Amino acid sequence: MISPSDISTDNIVLEIRDLRKSFGDNHVLNGFNMKLYQGENLVIMGKSGSGKSVMIKCLVGLMEADSGFIRVMNNDITTLDQKALDILRADIGFLFQGSALYDSMTVRENLEFPLRRHTKKFNKDIDTETLVNEALDSVGLLSAIDLMPAELSGGMKRRIALARTLILQPKIILYDEPTSGLDPITAKEIILLMQEIQDKYGTSSLIITHDVDCARVISDRMILLIDGIDYAEGTYAELSSSDDPKIRAFFKH
Amino acid sequence: MIESQLKMIGLYQIKNQLTSFFIEVGEISLFTKRFFVEVVKRPFEMKEFLRQCYQMGNRSLLLVGITGFIIGLVLTLQTRPTLMEFGAVSWMPSMVSISIVREVGPIITALVCAGRIGSGIGAELGSMRVTEQIDAMEVSGTNPFKYLVVTRVLAITLMLPLLVLFGDAIALFGSYLVENIKGNVSFMLYFNKVFDALEFGDIIPATIKTFFFGLAIGVVGCFKGFNCSKGTEGVGKAANTAVVLSSLLLFVIDFIAVFVTDIFYDL
Repeated sequence: MISPSDISTDNIVLEIRDLRKSFGDNHVLNGFNMKLYQGENLVIMGKSGSGKSVMIKCLVGLMEADSGFIRVMNNDITTLDQKALDILRADIGFLFQGSALYDSMTVRENLEFPLRRHTKKFNKDIDTETLVNEALDSVGLLSAIDLMPAELSGGMKRRIALARTLILQPKIILYDEPTSGLDPITAKEIILLMQEIQDKYGTSSLIITHDVDCARVISDRMILLIDGIDYAEGTYAELSSSDDPKIRAFFKH
Repeated sequence: MIESQLKMIGLYQIKNQLTSFFIEVGEISLFTKRFFVEVVKRPFEMKEFLRQCYQMGNRSLLLVGITGFIIGLVLTLQTRPTLMEFGAVSWMPSMVSISIVREVGPIITALVCAGRIGSGIGAELGSMRVTEQIDAMEVSGTNPFKYLVVTRVLAITLMLPLLVLFGDAIALFGSYLVENIKGNVSFMLYFNKVFDALEFGDIIPATIKTFFFGLAIGVVGCFKGFNCSKGTEGVGKAANTAVVLSSLLLFVIDFIAVFVTDIFYDL
């Protein structure tokens, strides 16, 4: 984890400026701004349907924004061609809300799948087997290597999905609701695992959540996404002690 | 003003249905165009293509075989009394072979495959869409259209003609069994009569149209699954509409194929 004093404008790895996205008359994002710094854990909190997932999908080019500027590691996402975008995506890990493991493949095949297109990223001496084993070992599920996703529990699926995210050794990891649908104990395990990974690999993390406990434990900095804009920004302590009723609503238990 | 008048006479709903029908036709056309553009581009997903060929071809053999066998039996049993009435029972192998090879075999096999394979593709891709597996594939740098759609459409387009030939053979064997039991006709005599009756003009157009049948089943199944709306209801709807639409499309293609073939016969 990094302290706010470590943050310098030189090491911005991800930046969004004035992002707008509408679905018909439903204006989801109305000029959202954010910056993610090297090695930082940034939590974005918002109510369900506030546009958190839309924002994160615009970040990796899964959804096209109506307008705005998105820069990831000095690349303007909105102007990249497909080939350049695919190369950049090797440096961005994405943990999906429902894990999104491929049902028809074993755990091993799930982890091998992202390596098919990005072999150039690694030293030729490193084989796929080693990378898969290392990734599974880092989430403590090496024994599940030959299981099918249907044979795994919700928590195990989330861990395997995290291992699949890690296998390309990304510089940024995007977490979309990493603890949703999990029981409190498993959710806590996942949060600790996220922290371990951050410490071990020094990745920058953007965490989309509405889980206050997750935000409290893991965030260096937080942004509250309200009415489609970055309504408030600060540390957990700063925001949780705010007098603004809109902000306070997030921290009520 | 005009809209309220249309509502009053019930035409408003028809207008909306027609609009959405033409939008869907346009979207499917664009989807098909994208298939033809992507199919010639690298990388070729050969492993997945072969896996799909196995899944769609090999695993449909039993179903197609049973259906063909029963069709052959029933067609012969139903026709035999009428032909006997006219003393034309010796024409049975010719009649059955031409009707099976030209029409019954291709359309029945295609309908069976639309039910089994079309719904399977719709449900599988639909489920992958709602559980974000397709998004995960895209994020990992793989083009999901190439990996999922191109491989499946190509596999069913190439496998269906083979399945139809297999189904036709089994149907003719079923017909032979009835003739052998009821008319004491030998295997050699029956199939000599079958091959005497069949011409390339019967086999070639019938085989060509099955490629289009396969393309239609694959494109519709993939289109419905790939563009599935959120939720489990969306998956069910994708599987269901894939079967309904592709079955309807099979008859339209069949009509066009017969119409075109007929023009060539007249020349």
